[in-house]
Amino acid sequence: MSEAAKGTGKKVPKKFLYVNRKAPYGTIYALEALEVVLIGAAFDQDVSLAFLDDGVFQLANGQDTKGIGMKKFANTYRALGDYGVTKFYVEKESLQSRGLTLGDLQEITYEDENDDFKEKPSIILVSRAELSEVMAQQDVVLSF
Amino acid sequence: MLHTVNKSPFQTTTLQSCLRHTRKGDAVLLIEDGVLGALKGTDASGDIWGRRVEVAFYVLGPDADARGITKERMIDGINVIDYEGFVDLVAQHKTSQAWL
Amino acid sequence: MGYMFNGNEIDHDEEGYLTDLSDWNPELALMIAQSEELEMNDERWEVVNFLRDYYEEYQVAPAVRVLTKALAKTMGPEKGNNDYLYELFPYGPAKQACKIAGLPKPTGCV
Repeated sequence: MSEAAKGTGKKVPKKFLYVNRKAPYGTIYALEALEVVLIGAAFDQDVSLAFLDDGVFQLANGQDTKGIGMKKFANTYRALGDYGVTKFYVEKESLQSRGLTLGDLQEITYEDENDDFKEKPSIILVSRAELSEVMAQQDVVLSF
Repeated sequence: MLHTVNKSPFQTTTLQSCLRHTRKGDAVLLIEDGVLGALKGTDASGDIWGRRVEVAFYVLGPDADARGITKERMIDGINVIDYEGFVDLVAQHKTSQAWL
Repeated sequence: MGYMFNGNEIDHDEEGYLTDLSDWNPELALMIAQSEELEMNDERWEVVNFLRDYYEEYQVAPAVRVLTKALAKTMGPEKGNNDYLYELFPYGPAKQACKIAGLPKPTGCV
């Protein structure tokens, strides 16, 4: 907590980063992360998500889970803006090594309450170095 | 920042990915199967060797012992710590990140 | 555990949420509402249908504050507020409306 905040007794929101490094469906990690994000969103913290390594596949467009009988939870990322989760850091190098570009990801937006509810993209493309910087700035890092 | 890695570098790219996201002054602690990454002369040891100047490396002794990874088999400069040392490391760093 | 419906037993969990979402139909909704001691009217259907659409789109049952915000956006503030929703669903829109809509309990709702 900063010195200024101590005096007022006002809680400064902590910076939480959820790190996603696994492809969806093959393991439970991706869905578990999403559930924790949804639960954690009730606590009014400064939440962001990071997608790197195979985690970038969680955001891929064109997913169709009918054949494997699992819930297509990729849709839920688009609801996270309503939960106040508006920063999705996606690592450029991870996309590149997997032959993907930003255009292969689904579009995720949020309405900016501080800017006349304008729709803005939630996905922020970052380099590996920039993502390392984002990680270093956090109070809490939760990995999945 | 303290990074922990619990996967073998011969099985997953977890260690590699972790190392690529370390910054100067960070610490990396190898635990569970992650201790296999401490072995010298392997396909993976060059990655740790390449970061040894900017990053401090630790191995959780009990996990290494259990797998027969003796100090002589480890890359030079890796520190072996016990559970208490693990707690100290966590306390010394503002944040910890588990690479799974 | 289940609802007896047209001679079949439809599974639900210990709190009455349907085990299989695809078991849902409007008549079953009426029966679930009855077990909640609620009579379905246009206003309640409006919320239940909204929840079903939301789930269809996002694959998640919204938290109450998200539901209120979303309702306010599409149907106006006179419907997208807590007082209105709790009047329709006294034990909470998440608990009762989601159950009637055949959705799982909203994540993070205990």
